[in-house]
Amino acid sequence: MIDYPVPLGRPKIGSSGLTGHWRLMRPEIDYSKCTKCRLCVIYCPENTIDLLEGFDVRIDYDYCKGCGVCAQICPQKAIQMVPEVK
Amino acid sequence: MTEVPSYIKEKKVIRQQYFLRGNAACPGCPIPKELDLLLEVMGKKTVLVVPASCSTVIMGDIHGSPSTVPVVHSAFASAAAIASGLSRQLKMRGEDAKVVVWAGDGATGDIGFATVSGAAERNEDILYVCYDNEAFMNTGIQRSSLTPYGAWTTTTPAGKREFKKPLPFIMMEHKIPYVATASIAYPFDYQAKVKKAKDIQGFRYIHLLSPCPPGWRFDSSLTIEVAKLAVETGIWPLFEVINGKFQLTGISKVLLDKSKRKPITEYLKLQGRFSKMSEKDIKVMQDAVDAMWDYIAELVKR
Amino acid sequence: MITVQKNVTAMVGNHAVAYAVKQAKPQVLAVFPITPQTTMLEKLAEYINSGELKAELIKVEGEHSALAAVYGAAVAGARVFTATSSQGLLYMTEMIYWVGGERVPIVNAVATRALAEPWSIWDDHQDFFSKRDASWIMMMAEKVQDAYDMTLQAFRISEDKRVILPVMMGFDGFILTHTMERLEILDDETVEKFLPPREFNLIDFNDPVNVGPIAAPDDYMKIKYEAMKAMEGSKEVIEEISKEYELISGRKQYGLIECYECEDADYVFVTAGAWTGDAREAVRRLRNEGKKVGLLKLRVIRPFPKERIKEALKGVQGVVVFDREYSYGYGGILANEIKSAIYNTGIEVMSVIAGIGGKDVRPLHFQKVMEDVLNGKKFEERWLND
Repeated sequence: MIDYPVPLGRPKIGSSGLTGHWRLMRPEIDYSKCTKCRLCVIYCPENTIDLLEGFDVRIDYDYCKGCGVCAQICPQKAIQMVPEVK
Repeated sequence: MTEVPSYIKEKKVIRQQYFLRGNAACPGCPIPKELDLLLEVMGKKTVLVVPASCSTVIMGDIHGSPSTVPVVHSAFASAAAIASGLSRQLKMRGEDAKVVVWAGDGATGDIGFATVSGAAERNEDILYVCYDNEAFMNTGIQRSSLTPYGAWTTTTPAGKREFKKPLPFIMMEHKIPYVATASIAYPFDYQAKVKKAKDIQGFRYIHLLSPCPPGWRFDSSLTIEVAKLAVETGIWPLFEVINGKFQLTGISKVLLDKSKRKPITEYLKLQGRFSKMSEKDIKVMQDAVDAMWDYIAELVKR
Repeated sequence: MITVQKNVTAMVGNHAVAYAVKQAKPQVLAVFPITPQTTMLEKLAEYINSGELKAELIKVEGEHSALAAVYGAAVAGARVFTATSSQGLLYMTEMIYWVGGERVPIVNAVATRALAEPWSIWDDHQDFFSKRDASWIMMMAEKVQDAYDMTLQAFRISEDKRVILPVMMGFDGFILTHTMERLEILDDETVEKFLPPREFNLIDFNDPVNVGPIAAPDDYMKIKYEAMKAMEGSKEVIEEISKEYELISGRKQYGLIECYECEDADYVFVTAGAWTGDAREAVRRLRNEGKKVGLLKLRVIRPFPKERIKEALKGVQGVVVFDREYSYGYGGILANEIKSAIYNTGIEVMSVIAGIGGKDVRPLHFQKVMEDVLNGKKFEERWLND
């Protein structure tokens, strides 16, 4: 363990807090249209779409910032951006 | 609000995060994805050297960092120098670890240019990745030498009059073992280049196009579309130079034929920073792109 | 009877420091040539070429990169060394503060030299003193022997777990760097025992850390408070290591200050650096005439040894502080630091500015100034300018 009195930080999920709070628009996946191509996982700029067993996908709403890239990139238009309602 | 199906909620995650989510990047900023793809290829035994840039802020503070590998922060101009010292010491202590400089275009082409050139001339064993968002973005969109012709920035409100510094070609002239360009719209091409570079000894340079939604003035959902059009219009050629041998990669291979290149207006119209460009400006830029491809044609023939 | 002592040699200051660095067994060096340090760099390159020193010498393209490169290596656990002077020290200033703030143990040898403009290659202390706020421990050598001894102690002090701060060793350009003096060196085994292998390391792939990230205002101030405490605490460590070195070398080291003939002195010179030797000679001459004068040498500039200075100057009527640098618009730097250290003691502080830009200063100058003081010609600040 590194233990010196020097300015250091360590790895942490959510280093900027729960960035899901930043969202104005929220991506919603229509799983009936999803063909498991995984392009949304590959292109999500925040690495916030999890790749699951069987190649299903799941958005981590705690951290998704609502940029909309997944909706734009999905070849089946299975992802819709809807206004975030709190 | 549609509910996520319970069978989806229960499934286990099969891909780990290499660059942790919940960081300080803007929505739509490709940097976290670029770093995740890089760290997936480079592995656990990597040290990132990060000079002053957007990434400095994205790397978090003393209470938490999204990087799963050690990061050494660097003064603006000295990333390549700190990386040189790091890589020499890691070799001296017998560790098979890689040093990657993750620098923006300002730190590479402007303030740190001498340092990068020095490290390249010494052929230091580091992988230098310049992620190019084409301005000093972290300080609020000021122009850098890598801002393209005609682009709006806060310091060039009427559009930049000078052309983009051709960094990949300059690094190629340093005669280093590996130079490549990449675009985040082609992630597998990018990862293949990182993998190839990983196994080469000496100074390797990858120039990565990294569109910036607030800086280039486009909606955050269009990041990948913009990065794709940059390549399809020929503005951003994808190539690699291995020991002096130049070859185009991916879709850029077919773009030597001018008819296959989309007109640059397809790329310019998506971005607010080019909205003030006149017809003459666009022609100047289109001619410059065509001239670059003539040069590339010569390099391919060599 | 003639006794032959082993390990006595004669070297110029630059080579003495290079020899000490070789014995300290660093892993990575990065030095950029600048007058008057160049012959040190050349000697180090020779040692590496001949295999006597197994280290990487990075021939960087500038001093900013020199300190950056050794910083990178030091973070990964290397014992490192760099050296520079005047313009180079200014060019690497951004990294000086970086290293001081990150508290990475590094040793930097500074061959003092005047700052441009006007261009000068001659000796003064303007470059060295300009770095006094950067959280580095700073020591100044009086003789070539000091330069050698201090370099070895610097490695030990900076890596001490109670300190963890970088150390700068200043030695006068040309006057020490290029002057050959008698030098007693330690043998390699003794140095190896005095300088055990370095432990400080921040790169551990099983415990990945983010070295030197952003700190919000509350955190930043906490970090700086700890650095302040470490700097104050290092006074004790410096004296302790000084004594340990005395035992293994047989030479007195003097810790933070040396007080020469101060015990019953009325007036005392205060100096730092090579011209202390000239002041010493002036004190001897004046004492021979029966005048009660002494000399206070500052061996360590940072941490500023306030307590030791106050102790040493008890009973003194006045001090004559010699500054080989100046803070334009204020006064001599050392004079004002001494003034503030003894501000409520009633001791008069007189400031003499001499030797700037390498202007020659000899024992006679020291002697004449003190004679004027003893004859009642006191002053607040005086420039030896003619």
